[in-house]
Amino acid sequence: MNAFSRGRMLLSVIFGLVLTVFPLPAWLDVLRPAFVVLVVLYWSVNAPRLGGIALGFFSGFALDVFQGPVLGQHALALSLVAYIAVREHQRIRTKPALQQALVVFGALAVYEFAVFAIDGWSGHPVTSPLRWVHTVTGALIWPPVAAILGYRSRARI
Amino acid sequence: MAAFGTAAGRPLQGRDGAAGFRFTVYAALAVVIMYLDQRQHYLERLRYVLQAAAYPVQLAVNSPPAAWSSIRRSFEGRDQLQAENASLKARQRDLELRSMRYEDLARENAELRGLRAALPPVADRWLPAEIVNVQLSSLRQRLLIDRGAVNGVFKGQAVLDDRGLIGQTTNVGPWSAEVILITDPEHGTPVRIERTGLRTIAVGAGDATSLALPYLPANADIKQGDLLVTSGLGGVFPHGYPVARVTEVHREAVQPLAQVRAAPLAHIGTDSEVMLVWFRPDHPAAPAPQTATVNGVKAGNAALQPQAAPPRPTAAPAPAMPKPAPEAARTAPRTGPAPRPKPAPEPATEPATEVEATSPAEGPPPAVDPAVPQPETQPPKGNR
Repeated sequence: MNAFSRGRMLLSVIFGLVLTVFPLPAWLDVLRPAFVVLVVLYWSVNAPRLGGIALGFFSGFALDVFQGPVLGQHALALSLVAYIAVREHQRIRTKPALQQALVVFGALAVYEFAVFAIDGWSGHPVTSPLRWVHTVTGALIWPPVAAILGYRSRARI
Repeated sequence: MAAFGTAAGRPLQGRDGAAGFRFTVYAALAVVIMYLDQRQHYLERLRYVLQAAAYPVQLAVNSPPAAWSSIRRSFEGRDQLQAENASLKARQRDLELRSMRYEDLARENAELRGLRAALPPVADRWLPAEIVNVQLSSLRQRLLIDRGAVNGVFKGQAVLDDRGLIGQTTNVGPWSAEVILITDPEHGTPVRIERTGLRTIAVGAGDATSLALPYLPANADIKQGDLLVTSGLGGVFPHGYPVARVTEVHREAVQPLAQVRAAPLAHIGTDSEVMLVWFRPDHPAAPAPQTATVNGVKAGNAALQPQAAPPRPTAAPAPAMPKPAPEAARTAPRTGPAPRPKPAPEPATEPATEVEATSPAEGPPPAVDPAVPQPETQPPKGNR
């Protein structure tokens, strides 16, 4: 069970990365949810001992390699998100899907704010309001993502 | 990867200290990495390795769209191909007509400059590169190309297409390189208005079809249709390559700055191939060398030799110096918000002191255009 879930976890992170890097037209790119953050949130909430903050850090670092102006930026932001999710996992996972989506919206906003702040400190400020759009689409897409990731996992760990 | 499961055996209470401790450790690690990457540039080697490691993934990710477009091309109709062929022929004829008198003009130009022989073109060598991956979001406008350090590509190399400037390389891996486009919001291109010679900086606006010229005063001589060419400052792009054409100019009585937009000439959204260019370092039109190299990393020119800069009058910088008060003299050149004291406004066409040019790592500087009195400007992208 454990090994199976770990494989599934790594696979889902890689798949999330692919979806993040996949080239899309500009208008669709604005709407693209932060899939890696959703995946990290799912595993932090549903299997906090399996991935935890290390999962956030390493998948964030992988994200940095592909699209970070500064190495460590997404790593820090995702560690923060994973920490919050692990801390509150018992509260979050008992909630129905729609309320979970609200929590996810908050977590995505925290993530985007962290990335935004580090952008500013490191001298790459991009203040376009479009960068916040994905928090909404991410929250909207959360129920199906959670359903796919949890497909056929018998027990919650 | 074993790190993922280190705490798996231990019972995890809802909010014990373990999570907080681990978060602190990882956050500190991330901050250290960021510091090393940003301030010290220690991680150039690591970046190089990571770029190499990421390349197969990027290739794989891009393969479905690439396959799709190649399939679509192979089913293109005969009519379409014929039309394309006709337009290409017309274009080639135009170009040949235009270059017919090139040799003659080059010799004439050399005579006018008082040189003994015509100069060779500033571009020394070209290398076509295929675009592997495209990011055209409002936050990042980047390309990934399939040429890297093994092909001699270096950081800060100019990238063109057949119509104009596209951008410059930022991260160079062994087999791939990332290109920051001139339309990236973090990129500033030092440009010159071809009609008047006025120099300024064109900043990316975050979409592939427009550039902003945020540092032009409201009385600047610029109008719709003006051609922007590279000014040769900044150490990356040589002098005189076409960049964009001005599409709109807004002047409001209450605003000290004109709002100017320009459309890049390069077909940034639709190109599938770009050109990497090496320039002759001792050519007068070659990019002026940057004074600082970052940790031995070459920027701008392939061989950072001192070289002949474009001729500029010597009188201009001298009278400006004794005038300003001491504290103004210290702050004015770098941070710009104070109006730059100037004895008298000079005609806009007079090239005067160095306009500081920019590289993507630094962000656009507060375009101090010394030829006109500097109004209260706050650069929109604040930096050090």
